Formats: sequence, C-alpha cells, structure tokens
Amino acid sequence: MTNLLFALVALLTIAALVQLVRVNELLSEITNRDTNAVTDDDNQKNGILSLIIGGGFIAFVIWQMVTWDHFLLPPASSVHGEEIDALMKVSMTLILIMFFLLTPLLFYFAYKYRGREGRTAYFFAHNNKLEVAWTVIPTIVLTALIIYGLRTWDRAMNPDISDATVIEVYSKQFDWTARYSGSDNILGASDYKLVEGRNTLGVDVLDENSADDIVVREVHLPVNKSVLLKFRSRDVIHSAFLPHFRVQMNCVPGLSTQFAFTPTKTTTQMKEEEGDDFEYVLLCNKICGSAHFNMQMKFIVESEEEYNKWISSQKTLKNTLTLK
Amino acid sequence: MSDHHKETFITKYIFCQDHKMIAKQFLLTGMFMAIVGMLMSAIFRVQLANPGEYSALYNLLPGGWVSAEGALNPDKYLALVTMHGTILVFWVLTAGLSGTFANFLIPLQIGARDMASGFINMLSYWFFFLATVILMSSIYVEGGPASGGWTIYPPLSALPQAIPGSGTGMTLWLLSITFFIVGSLLGSLNYIVTILNLRTKGMSMKRLPLTCWSLFVTAILGVLSFPVLLSCGLLLLFDRSFGTSFYLSDIIINGEALHFAGGSPILFEHLFWFLGHPEVYIILLPALGIVSEVIAVNSRKPIFGYKAMVGAILLIAFLSFIVWGHHMFMTGMNPFLGSVFTFTTLLIAIPSAVKVFNWLATLWRANIRFTPAMLFAIGTVSAFITGGLTGLILGDSALDINVHDTYFVVGHFHIVMGLSAIYGMFAGVYHWFPKMYGKMMNKTLGYFHFWGTFICAYGVFFPMHFLGLAGLPRRYYTNSSFPMFDGLSDINEIITFFALAGAIVQAIFIFNFVYSIFKGTKASTNPWKSNTLEWTTPIERIHGNWPGDLPVVQRWAYDYSKPGMEEDYVPQTVPLKEGEEDH
Repeated sequence: MTNLLFALVALLTIAALVQLVRVNELLSEITNRDTNAVTDDDNQKNGILSLIIGGGFIAFVIWQMVTWDHFLLPPASSVHGEEIDALMKVSMTLILIMFFLLTPLLFYFAYKYRGREGRTAYFFAHNNKLEVAWTVIPTIVLTALIIYGLRTWDRAMNPDISDATVIEVYSKQFDWTARYSGSDNILGASDYKLVEGRNTLGVDVLDENSADDIVVREVHLPVNKSVLLKFRSRDVIHSAFLPHFRVQMNCVPGLSTQFAFTPTKTTTQMKEEEGDDFEYVLLCNKICGSAHFNMQMKFIVESEEEYNKWISSQKTLKNTLTLK
Repeated sequence: MSDHHKETFITKYIFCQDHKMIAKQFLLTGMFMAIVGMLMSAIFRVQLANPGEYSALYNLLPGGWVSAEGALNPDKYLALVTMHGTILVFWVLTAGLSGTFANFLIPLQIGARDMASGFINMLSYWFFFLATVILMSSIYVEGGPASGGWTIYPPLSALPQAIPGSGTGMTLWLLSITFFIVGSLLGSLNYIVTILNLRTKGMSMKRLPLTCWSLFVTAILGVLSFPVLLSCGLLLLFDRSFGTSFYLSDIIINGEALHFAGGSPILFEHLFWFLGHPEVYIILLPALGIVSEVIAVNSRKPIFGYKAMVGAILLIAFLSFIVWGHHMFMTGMNPFLGSVFTFTTLLIAIPSAVKVFNWLATLWRANIRFTPAMLFAIGTVSAFITGGLTGLILGDSALDINVHDTYFVVGHFHIVMGLSAIYGMFAGVYHWFPKMYGKMMNKTLGYFHFWGTFICAYGVFFPMHFLGLAGLPRRYYTNSSFPMFDGLSDINEIITFFALAGAIVQAIFIFNFVYSIFKGTKASTNPWKSNTLEWTTPIERIHGNWPGDLPVVQRWAYDYSKPGMEEDYVPQTVPLKEGEEDH
C-alpha cells in the first residue's frame, strides 16, 4: 500500500512538473521570447542567490564549528600526540584562512559581476606578475608546511624506545588480544601454525622468552613511560586505532608492524576532564568484515604503582599454557 | 564520409560507430549507474541515522539482505558501501564523465569527422556495457556483491570465509573491472591518437580548448595506470582461484590455517593505489577542463592564464603518479617512504591553487551569464576549494595518523573529487545538451536543481569533517557500539536528512533531461555564443560532423569580449583582422 502511495505521489509530481514547464513554454510563445535564454532578471536573481546561499554556506560552517566543537577529540594524551596537535592547529588555521578568504570571494564575484545586457567584460587573458605571485607564495608557504610536517612525522615515528614496555596487539575477526612481554621485556616467538586450543596467539611455548609473557584482553599502561606496540593479525587486515593517543597502525597478516608512544594522562585524570564515562579505547579502523564496527579493547593508563600491582596479579603463559 | 550509407535502428542507436552516439550511450549508462549508486547511498544513510531499524527503502534490496526483524544485515551494509564506491568512482565519474565528454567533444572541438577508429570506439562502449551487466548481476548472486570496500584489499577480498561478498560476488567484480579496463584502454588510446593526429588545419596544441587538453591528459593517465590495476586484479584472481600467494600469508580463518605463505597485502595496496591515485585525477581533470570552458564562455571573458592552466594540468598529472603512497601512511610502510609521499603530495597544492586563482581571475570583471551550466561550474570551483584545502591535512603523514580512514577522509574526497567531478559533469550536460539533442534544457528547473544540490551536498559532506575529527572510523555499520560516539547521532541524522533531500532534488534533473530530449524547445546552432568548433556544426546529427569541408582554425578558443570586435565572441574560424594580435 505504501509503495502504491509512493508511486502515486511520484506520478503526480511528474505531472505537476510537466504542467509547470508547459505553462512556461506557452508564455514564451505568447511573448515571443526563447524561454531558455538567460535574461538580466535571471542573472540578477542568481547573483543574489549566490550571495545568500554562499553566505549561508559560510554561516553553516561557522555554526558547525561552534556547535560541534565539543564533539572533537580532546587534546592528545601522548607525547608525540601533542606535537601532532600543534601541527594540526597550524595547518587548520592556514586552511581555514584560505577557506574564509576564497569562498566568499567566489560568491561575491558571482554576484558583483552578474551579467547585464550591454555590458562588456574586461578582456584580461593573462598577467605574468600576478601569476608568478600566486605560484611563488603558495610554494613558499607549502615548503614551510612540508618541512614542519616532516619534522613532526620523523619525531613521531622514531622515538627513543630503548626502555619501552613491549606489548603485542593481536587482531582477528572481530576482537583484540594483547600480550605483555613480561619481566624480560622480550616477546616469545610465535607462528600462526601454532594457534591451537587455548594458545590463541600461536605462541611458541618452547621459546624460553615466552614463559613470562602475559596474555590479556584489556591493556594497562603506566603513565609517562614509553610503550612499544607490536601488531600481528590472524586473518585479514585490521587497523589499530587509538584516537586519544594519536596512534594508528595497520595489523597485516604475514607482516609485523609497530608503533611506539608515551601516554601522558591517566584514565582517572581524563575522567575528571572529560566526564565519568571516559575510557581510552582501541578501535578497528580498517574494514575487516561484518562486525568491523564493534571491534574494541579497553586501554587503561594508570600510575606506576597501580600498573605494577595489576601486572603482577596477571598469570604468565607458563601458568596458563601447558608445555606440549 | 559524407556519402550516405543506410542506417538501420541497430547501426544508428546500438552498434553505432558515430562518436556522438557513443557519447550518449556512455552518458545514459553513466546516469543509470549514478541513480543505482545514489539509491545505495540513500539506503546506507538511512541505516546510519536509524541503526537497526526498518525502512521502506529496504524494499529495494534483494531478498536476504534484511533480517527477519527488518534490520539491514551488517555485511550487506558493507556490500552497499562497496558497490556505491565502485559504481561512483569507475562507472559514473570515469566512464560516465570521461566516456561521455571525451567522445563527444574531442572530434567536435578539434575539427575531426570522427574518432581515429570508430570501430574501436564502439568496442570501448560495449566492453563497458558488458562490465556494467556483470557488475549489476553480481548484486543478485548468493552471498551478495563484493563487500570488502571499493579498494578490495586482500585478504578480506580474497577469502569467502572472511565475508560472504568475497565469494561469487567478488569474482564477478574482478571480471567486471577487467572488461571495464579493456573498454577504458580502448577509449583512451583512441582519444590520444585522435587528438594527436586529427586536429584540423590551424588547430595547434597551443589553440586546443582546455576541455580537450584535460581529456587528452586524462587519457594518458588512464593508459599508464589502468593496466597496473588489471595486473593487480589478475594476481588477486590467481590467489583466489588457483592457490597462489601473491598477497596472502600466515592466515587462519574459521579455525583453519591456510596454506598461503610469503605473500604481502602491502604489494596489493601499492599496485592498487598506483592506479588509485591517478584515478582521482582521471575523474577530476575532465571536470576541471569542462569547468574552465564553461566559465570562460559564460563569463564572456578569456580563461585567465591559459598557458598556466595547461601547465597546471600537466604538472598535476605528473605528480599524480608519485603520490600513491599517501593512501598507505598507516599500513606499516617504511616511515621514510611516508616522508617522500608527504612531500610530493603537498606539492600538488601548488598547481591546484594556481587553477583556483585563475578561475577567480576569470570571474573578476566578467559579465556573468548564469546558465545552469555556469552555476554548476561555480559549484565545482567552490567544492574544489573546500575539499582541496583539507587535502593539506590528509596529505601530511603526521596528521594523517589520526584522521586516516575516518569520516574526515570521507568528507574530503566526496567534496574534492565527488562533488567537483559530478558538478563538472552536470555543467557539461547542461552546456552541451543543445549540441547533443538539438534541444534546450529548461533553465528554471536547472536553477532549482543547482541550488538544491548545492545546499544538500554541503549539508551531507561538510559535517563529516567533524565526525572524523571526533575519531569516527568510516565503514562502520553503526557508531552505537562506542559510548565515545554517542553524541554524534544528531550529526548523522542531519547528514541523512540532506542526503535524502539531495537524492530527491536529482529527480528534477532526470525529469528535465528526459522531458527536454522529447519536448524541449529547439536549440539554435550556437545558443551560448561560444567560440569553439562544435558550435559551427549543423543542429541535425550527421555522420562526419561538418557537411562540407572541415573548418579551418584561425585563432585560440577564448577571444571573448575582445576589444575592437563587434560581438563579444569571435568563433575560432574567424580570421584575424588586419593588425589584430593573436591573444
């Protein structure tokens, strides 16, 4: 019944449109004008519309910036993240300046130079000075931006990891598992062919480095201490995304990837700033199958003491996996 | 050519070798696919605004896509997203846009009787048609169509165990894209040869209209990059069907360890994006060319900085081949490579900025005639500014860490590539409709169409930047699984409202298009008082384009409002007056 109604409404709309166009055409026959030639009146109307709607667009953008500002991620909770945020601020300011300069100019020009019968446009085919100026200035600005960007990238990608806690993050459809490297800070060897029963990560139990490894479903990190995440995937590509830390890296089957960072704010601290329901969370950010939208793991940043207490209460692999 | 051979219905409308008819075939197929792709987006937008709730729109879907409770299945949501991307990127904005306007404009604007090879041109369309049929049929196979995203990254796209759409649906996708590429290559080769060899007397490359320049460069991009996608797809087919390990290694799925060893999905990504990035400009450049032409004609001014515009097209095309890695900053690629790609990527902003400034300079002190085509051209410039600027964020590897694969990207490319190109395509259709069908499109409906589309499109895509900056990943069936995204549902509802309204506005265009073909007012030979050669051909469609001799070109295409001339336009066939400077 609804479908029938939809069809009926569509038909009536088409009929109405046909009539509208017909009336227009008949009118033009009477007045002996081409209906579809653009008149001064059209130019006037569209010129004004471009002021109103172009202006409306700018207003809409400003409204969004004001109203939705609180939705944006809070300032970074990691050392390199703060540098990224600083670069973001510079880049954002630059593009917003350009946006608020060029967009109004475009719609203002459309209005200001709307055509009128008998007016002639100004023949202006090129101007070398102008063209050189607007090639060279962007080049200089971009050079600065590129250098700043590359420096930030370099520092984010090559932090000092000599005393970083090594944790493996393992992804599969559709959940995450983490493995701490334990007291030796070395992850035991692993192979996908060893995945069996309770050995969900395929850890080589014969490797002595694996004995003190700890497998968990929730990651705890000590604040202000660098951590090196090493990623592995069991099935398809996933992407480990920790938006609050400005951390993202793909987890690729058959390839080892990593990302190191230093958290700077505890979960408790963030709860105070952002509200009680705040949690650090790891999401999947690469399409990986039907439950891609719900692949998450909690991260908790806490003081060194709290962390030590928690980690020592966890069972090592030696205790959970029996040797074959 | 002028000697008449008998035309039957089949040779005139179906297996036709005339470039103008082939252009219309591309246009109509592209429009059909645009409607399909748009409906798909309407459906997944409804899901995003009301997650898990039934909608009447779901009646359009094949059986089995919706659960007994009336909710869209999550894997079918991904199928819709994947097909929407595939259709819009390849079918609408590559074949629909380039196929239509390269075929239509190249011979007409350079003064040729037809393409270099009419037969190959015809084949090009029919390969495309075959690809279309296969792609559409893949929607109805068991497991549904390809669902691994339009970028079809393996292993997801290689393993039917990973997602149902990676079964028959994915095989058909690969088959379809193979035919698509063959069609595209045949077309592109033809465009290149035609422009190089069949320009009429006087039509030097320096006098080539910017539309032809951009279509020419686009064709070169296609010829250099599409074969890479073809080989990329073939290797994937081998991995899927013959057990090779080009892209796969160390995989366990459904508890079963697979035999694949030594392959790398990163290899796939490199090959894919080696096409994928030039593809962006294959989509964009024709639209920018059309826009330059439409802006000049309707500003009644020469395009500002013609040489710089050509230079910018060439530079963008060159750079487009060495920036593909910016899609892969977060894949585990060596960070040093990331630096290189950041550098090359941000360089593209320079020629892009030059283009924007030149368009603005063209509008300055113009005498603008607001045809619907002109409005869409202005819309393109606006979208190119808005979307291009956010590229400075995404192209910067350090910033990309946190916006990569979020809605920020979705907003960015839908504005800079999607809107710019589709507006360019609309501008082209409105502008050359009189030449294509000998009729005028209704201008009032055109105005409604433009302003409605303009408002709705920004209503859809601008808010997405905020979703992305809030950390929301793309391709999520719903964002209700994460408390941190709970506040974003209002934004999602706004986006969906504008998306549905925008879809309805397109009905005005379709109505106007169909109605005008049959009932539109008759067009005159040169309704826009334009300089280019296509407007010197008769209104009736004839094989060979010009009844007598080919026109001889005497000047460039942009002598609008030239001082000392009686009219505000001087067609390219008019000889220079004594003492007149050639621009």
